[in-house]
Amino acid sequence: MMDETLVQGSLDTLRAGALQVEGHGEENLFVELLHHVQDSHELEIPFLGHIELPQFTPFEIAGLTIDMSITKHVFFLWFAALLLCLLAIVAARKNRKHPVPTGFGNLVEVLVVFIRDQVVVPNMGSGGIRYMPYLLTTFFFILVMNLLGLVPFGASATGNVSTTAGLAIIAFIMIQVAPIRTQGLGHYLAHLTGGVHWTLWPIMVPIEILGLFTKPFALCIRLFANMTAGHIVIVSLIGLIFVFKSYIVAIAPVGFVLGISLLELFVAVLQAYIFTILTAMFMGLGMQTEGHGEHVESGH
Amino acid sequence: MLEINPGLILWTIVTFIILLVVLRAVAWKPLLGALTAREEKIRTSLQRTEQAQQEAEKLLEENKHQLAQAEEQSQRAIKEGRETGERLKAEIIEKANASSRDMIEQAKEEIRREKDAALIELRGEVADLAIMAAEKVLDANLDAPKQRELVETAIREINKR
Repeated sequence: MMDETLVQGSLDTLRAGALQVEGHGEENLFVELLHHVQDSHELEIPFLGHIELPQFTPFEIAGLTIDMSITKHVFFLWFAALLLCLLAIVAARKNRKHPVPTGFGNLVEVLVVFIRDQVVVPNMGSGGIRYMPYLLTTFFFILVMNLLGLVPFGASATGNVSTTAGLAIIAFIMIQVAPIRTQGLGHYLAHLTGGVHWTLWPIMVPIEILGLFTKPFALCIRLFANMTAGHIVIVSLIGLIFVFKSYIVAIAPVGFVLGISLLELFVAVLQAYIFTILTAMFMGLGMQTEGHGEHVESGH
Repeated sequence: MLEINPGLILWTIVTFIILLVVLRAVAWKPLLGALTAREEKIRTSLQRTEQAQQEAEKLLEENKHQLAQAEEQSQRAIKEGRETGERLKAEIIEKANASSRDMIEQAKEEIRREKDAALIELRGEVADLAIMAAEKVLDANLDAPKQRELVETAIREINKR
């Protein structure tokens, strides 16, 4: 995990705490600990310290201040994308060369087959195969970003609500595009009325429109909260060592951190899977000809 | 921590779209293509195996059928041969019987003819003897009781002979 970083950071905290008035230390520690799960403008490099990431001057479009600076999370977003590109290309090359996939190529193929047979086809039918590239990219991208948070000096871009919001916006577009493409705009709009008597439309239409936004919103918050929660638990457990200022006490938190890290490893895969299957399910809901009103909202 | 950073949202969307386009071209299409090709290959080879098996079973069935037919034919041939043999045997026996019967008949005929001839010869001889006896009687004294005695003696002699 980010233990070394944490140690470094916590030492800084202690130093800062020592300079400040006693008693404010713990509050300070908390702020300092949170710093490690937050975005920042600097990148921590093992044994070399920090490097400042380039910052651009924010600009305004339609009243929104947009800062396109390369932050830590943007860096890891790109890092994950590049890593994924590399791994996927390696896997595809390997599988093309050997008729029977082995090793890493086989691992990737197992996941691809899993997404196709357990996620896409049951939820979207055979018509969902055309959205396979989108769902595969979603699954693997989120997976790699999640796992990068478990690497020392790494960070999860998905632990930032803006990243998950970006992914959710794309999911929102796909959830609308899929039914329009299969059933046409008319059917899609008819679906918004909920199939009730026209006198109830003034109530039904706003609810249905609200429903359109709650789905991706839930996707966004679920992924962000799960990834952040795990990091905060680990950071807090490590923080206990510095609260008690004892090596003996350190044994317990380190043991706990080990357990939580293993759990995090599982959660990283699980959340990537949940984001993908829910997106597929929401896309599939609108693609089926029948079955109105089944707004399955399940999650973690 | 919950503050939204529109810059990061934009970067995420841009990165995702580029990633999607790149991966679709270099990874997912080849991966899925290889996958479906392999699945198709497995399916067809399985079908072919099944077909071959069915064909083999059919051939086996045919073979069995032919074998049974051959067996039946040979049985029939054996039976026919036996029947022919029996018939021939009966015929031969019949023929043999007939010919032996003929031979016996012929032999009997011969015997009868011989007997007849013998009888005729005998009769001739008896006549001669009778004449001889008559001569003797004529030569001797012709008294009636002696004549009778002579004739009886002659006849007895004939019978004795």
